[in-house]
Amino acid sequence: MKTLMLGNEAVARGLYEAGCSFVSSYPGTPSTEITECAAKYEEIYAEWAPNEKVALEAALGASLAGKRSFCAMKHVGLNVAADPLFTISYTGVNAGLIIGVADDAGMHSSQNEQDSRHYAKASKVPMLEPADSAEGLAFAKLAYELSEQYDTAVLLKMCTRVSHSQSVVETGERRMPAQKAYEKNPAKYIMMPANAKRRHPEVEARTRALTEWAETADINRIEPGQKNTYGIITSSTCYQYVKEALGDAYPVLKLGMIWPMPEKKIKDFAATVEKLIVVEELDGFIETHCMSLGLAVSGKELFSEIGELSQNVVKEKFGVPVPQNKALGEDIPMRPPVMCAGCPHRSIFYVLKQLNLTVLGDIGCYTLGAVQPLGAIDTTVCMGASVSGLHGFVKAGGEEKAKRSVAVIGDSTFIHSGVTGLINIAYNESNSTVIILDNSITGMTGHQQNPTTGYNLKGDPCTKISLEDLCHAVGIKRVRVVDPYDMEACRTAVKEELEAEEPSVIISRRPCALLKYVKHPGPICADPEKCKGCKACMNIGCPAISMENGRVKIDNTLCVGCGVCEQLCKFGALGAGN
Amino acid sequence: METKNIMIVGVGGQGTLLASKLLGRLLLGRGYDVKVSEVHGMSQRGGSVVTYVRWGDQVYSPIIDKGEADCILSFELLEAARYTEYLKPGGRIIVNSQQVNPMPVIAGTAVYPEGLTEKMAALEIQVDAINALALAEEAGSSKAVNLVLMGRLSKHFDFTQEEWMEAIEHSVPPKFLEMNKKAFELGQSA
Repeated sequence: MKTLMLGNEAVARGLYEAGCSFVSSYPGTPSTEITECAAKYEEIYAEWAPNEKVALEAALGASLAGKRSFCAMKHVGLNVAADPLFTISYTGVNAGLIIGVADDAGMHSSQNEQDSRHYAKASKVPMLEPADSAEGLAFAKLAYELSEQYDTAVLLKMCTRVSHSQSVVETGERRMPAQKAYEKNPAKYIMMPANAKRRHPEVEARTRALTEWAETADINRIEPGQKNTYGIITSSTCYQYVKEALGDAYPVLKLGMIWPMPEKKIKDFAATVEKLIVVEELDGFIETHCMSLGLAVSGKELFSEIGELSQNVVKEKFGVPVPQNKALGEDIPMRPPVMCAGCPHRSIFYVLKQLNLTVLGDIGCYTLGAVQPLGAIDTTVCMGASVSGLHGFVKAGGEEKAKRSVAVIGDSTFIHSGVTGLINIAYNESNSTVIILDNSITGMTGHQQNPTTGYNLKGDPCTKISLEDLCHAVGIKRVRVVDPYDMEACRTAVKEELEAEEPSVIISRRPCALLKYVKHPGPICADPEKCKGCKACMNIGCPAISMENGRVKIDNTLCVGCGVCEQLCKFGALGAGN
Repeated sequence: METKNIMIVGVGGQGTLLASKLLGRLLLGRGYDVKVSEVHGMSQRGGSVVTYVRWGDQVYSPIIDKGEADCILSFELLEAARYTEYLKPGGRIIVNSQQVNPMPVIAGTAVYPEGLTEKMAALEIQVDAINALALAEEAGSSKAVNLVLMGRLSKHFDFTQEEWMEAIEHSVPPKFLEMNKKAFELGQSA
């Protein structure tokens, strides 16, 4: 049946059709929907793991047990999972194992623009790269065959445009492979030096064998062109830009497997064209490979390492006219993302800013606490870096820093990798104050459950990990809970914990305002008679509040009635509605 | 046929994804090759959001580039103005005249430009501005702005009422079907 599917949904379909039985992932844009869609198939066990390393190790365990398994992550998640990745390269698999990784060129929702293809080469694990949803489905199935035939995990590399574009796919039936028995095999699965030394040559031999496969594989295909002035090598979404911009003007070598790459095929292709050009986003990965084959090639001198490409960029570089267009020539104000109206994070950032503290931030919706007018965050690096960074900041900065700085981290991010930082704080005794922004969900990626919510990926009730108990268990004695809608209570808590002569955790707890089960009191009423136009309420950066003719105005379609602005108004101009 | 391009733009949270889902269904029903490209994640938090809908005999790129769009369907006035350079010369903008202030305007560091509809029209763009919010509320919910705009769009594309209704039925929950159909019809007739 022909249907429109998001690239991520198509990958999930491919997993299903290939008989995948086990999925363990950590959410991350743009990879999240692969796992969410896989979870909708009853035949697939699917879960959210606390982080990507745990997810990949769980998927390996499932593979060893004999079930085709999968795990997904965003590009930066692969950094977290890199430790198992490099050694899984040595152990190989039992049943097929696929690692989905989604890059985010253009940084639509990420903290860096890293190119995950380097991981395939560095870990010596093969990588397939679909260019649309149909290939997403097909490559997922192919990846399992390669995984089992060559005894290796296979990386399936997505990107924002492939993950989040819907295109036409034809679905098939689920076919279950024969269950593979687990057999104890210390030489293959115990990677201590003596064994690993014997496995490494196997890894190198495998890469040579896969290179041979790449020479003739259908997924590395040459499409003929009208003129051989140029020959283009490309992959993924860049293939689509090339075809859109140039049609069949020049021959194209489309690589479906990006590691290992063929050698003879590329050399033969290069020999048939006058000038070899690589069109790829981010780093010159294919280009470097061509250079290593001794070929004259152009790539990054034409196409930037920064951001995304498009059909117009390709047209421009190949001398094809780009379509005319007319800009308004008007200064259009930016519309950056903002914390939602009623977001429980807003007030805590207001308090931190009022207290003029150094705030080490983390990854999640609350990174928006960095945006004006709140501007309350000093650093954002990676998952968990707020807690561990604060420890170093306080240790090196001494008493003065200890009393003037905090870490802020979300519930899901805390479980992901904040808790290890907290253990360091307890164990090495820094007088740190950590604020866990517990909104009872993984917010930024679109409401995924996590170990602190009491529900699993399938939506069933499950063990709920208590943040209070966890913090106590790792050695933090001072743990207190505040309601972020109560600003005075927040201020008091932060001041007291900063003054305390030992590490402490403040759990700022209120569910995300967008959760369906959260009941809101309804919009705040603004009284223009009482408003003096002081704009104190504007300092919290709420999208529902604006000024009209010098008086406060509430947007009733956005306001949920959290009452935070009410606490800022000295003149009683803002109050509960009817 | 030449590939057709519609951009759906708006403010994160306004329901642009439903509009693209509905269009995708409609176009696939006609047997076209279709690509619909969305951006999820951070921009959905009240930021500027863009969805590309493309269809034809064979569609390669998932995105629409500058100068390529036949039509921009905008859920908000400023967002229409932001993307005018993506229109083909003589292209069409269907815009909800509602204004949603972005944070720099709320914070007072930027000004919401005035007379945008007229300025866009001066670029030889066919501007069709309607108060989709008022019509959505008339239909029963401010959330039905997307269906009002779809109704408006239907006037410019050659699809039957039956095809539209099938796509709507497939894309909205049964509970809100009648309200959404009403919103669609109000958009058509306004």
